[in-house]
Amino acid sequence: MLKTLRRRTWLGWLQLSHEPSRLLVALAGIAFADVLMFMQLGFQASLFDSNTRIARSFNADVILVSPKAKNTQNLSTFSRRRIYQALDVPGVRNGIPLYSSILTWKNPQTRQDTLIQLVGFDPDDRAFALPDLNVQQDGLKLPDHVMFDRRSRGQYGEVLAAVDSGQIVTTEAEGRTLTITGLFSLGASFGTDGMLMASDQTFLQIFPRRNVGSISLGLLQLEPGADSDAIAAQLRTLLPNDVKVLTQAEFIAAEQNYWQRESPIGFIFTMGTAMAFIVGVVIVYQVLSTDVNAHLQEYATFKAMGYRHVYLLGVIFEEAVILAVLGFLPGFVLPIGLYHLAANATALPIAMTVHRAVVVFGLTLVMCLMSGAIATRRLQAADPADMF
Amino acid sequence: MTQTFQNQPVIAIAHLSHHFGSGDLRKQVLYDIHLTIQAGEIVIMTGPSGSGKTTLLTLMGALRSVQGGSLKFLGLELCGATNRQQVDVRRHIGYIFQAHNLHGSLTARQNVRMGLELHPQYSIAEMHDRAAHALDAVGLGDRIDYYPANLSGGQRQRVAIARALVSQPKLLLADEPTAALDRQSGRDVVTLMQRLAKEQGCTILLVTHDNRILDVADRIVEMEDGRLIRADAQTSAATGGIVDPHP
Repeated sequence: MLKTLRRRTWLGWLQLSHEPSRLLVALAGIAFADVLMFMQLGFQASLFDSNTRIARSFNADVILVSPKAKNTQNLSTFSRRRIYQALDVPGVRNGIPLYSSILTWKNPQTRQDTLIQLVGFDPDDRAFALPDLNVQQDGLKLPDHVMFDRRSRGQYGEVLAAVDSGQIVTTEAEGRTLTITGLFSLGASFGTDGMLMASDQTFLQIFPRRNVGSISLGLLQLEPGADSDAIAAQLRTLLPNDVKVLTQAEFIAAEQNYWQRESPIGFIFTMGTAMAFIVGVVIVYQVLSTDVNAHLQEYATFKAMGYRHVYLLGVIFEEAVILAVLGFLPGFVLPIGLYHLAANATALPIAMTVHRAVVVFGLTLVMCLMSGAIATRRLQAADPADMF
Repeated sequence: MTQTFQNQPVIAIAHLSHHFGSGDLRKQVLYDIHLTIQAGEIVIMTGPSGSGKTTLLTLMGALRSVQGGSLKFLGLELCGATNRQQVDVRRHIGYIFQAHNLHGSLTARQNVRMGLELHPQYSIAEMHDRAAHALDAVGLGDRIDYYPANLSGGQRQRVAIARALVSQPKLLLADEPTAALDRQSGRDVVTLMQRLAKEQGCTILLVTHDNRILDVADRIVEMEDGRLIRADAQTSAATGGIVDPHP
């Protein structure tokens, strides 16, 4: 088998390389399809990634959440007593109530009403693992003082510069004057353009109808070395089912699952990837079937010499694999630059990953082999008896 | 098939008939053909267009399935042969066509090598050398790395001869090999075929319209309307009705 392969003339490669211009067009087409797939999958991943960023920044091992919660922008509420009950479980060191709601505020720069997510917590607690937030969060103890996400999406350039230079920036929300006391860095997501952090007291004054006892999330911190899975299981049996107990990993997975299943994001980008794939199949099919047609007479001659049909199938699939590999190279390099551009333009985290490269290479291979399989139908016409 | 007997004919045809199409359109193109070709013979087949010459040639070359009668290549019956057997038979037959049919993406040497790749007894180095020698033998030793596009019509046809003969086939089938060539190149090509085939002990069946080359033949057979109407009397084997006595 190996010997046969070594003896074999690499006809596919010789055919492709004999016509460099046709080969280049083919490679450009495949690279184009690859770039499209990389961009679609990249955006999809970055959206999932950005939506779980808040969840990943919680300084918590186990998270209590309402069963009615859909995602971190739409959390619903449950009773704060569940946290106190959880504190009875050995291994649970601390519980932090978190209040969250979407707020309409005036963008301090443009004075336009804009939606933003407001999160309230006790400034004495370390609710988030965000160093730049933690060092400044004492400033939140002043009433109506908030901290602002410097990586929010929108026109905030002047605000950020002003806050950074120590000026006092104020704006309005719900009839109150808010003072931006500092900045932290988290990042926009698909669900929200940005975040404001406030003390629980400020939060409750902005939203006077919210009860101090009905919280959005309960962040539980465990003793060092405690097994979060075991404690979560224990909490599930202890607490009534008006609250859901998730480890942080489960909470992140649930968040991602929401955006994947219940939002149109997953569908849209999967569809985009599929379209790119089909474009690729059509391009490669064009190239391969043109090539088969151009060599029909030669193929018929080979059959007359005693070559079997599978040999010619092998030539076509050889071409398909060569096209897939060579076309993938530019199709892999270009998106690295485009990801960089896109990350700057959209404030979303988007970068090349090994996993995605492997997936796209696999898709490219399947794409080329599918086109090859369709192109082989033309081979039936290479019948030496009809040709001579 | 490898067990070749000295006196066994290369081709033995008896009561061969062939039809094209089916149903109402079914049309008989060959009628009760009898023809025996002995090893080492050079036979030229002539006849007007549409007389069935090429059909008969493709049947002998196992490019088409035999429908009725008997056609034996080196004693192997091709009537009812499987596709796999047909392909195996093709590997022992050299073809030269009216058009050279060289592969445009392969150099002369690579084209000739394709004729050897089918025969696993040759190593890579052997294939390389034999291809070069075969091209040398057709007078193209200085053109072995040329692509067909850079060769003249006569040179291309000589590469095709090298490709057909490089694996030392028992039978060489040639369909109008000089049709696309000028007088002198055509003559050269036929003489070359004749010389090489004699050296290798290869049998030749050559279909042609070109009566300038008839003199290379040991025997001339003529076809008309699907029947063999003349088998030259130089040898008596093909005077009709004689079936191979050693099946």
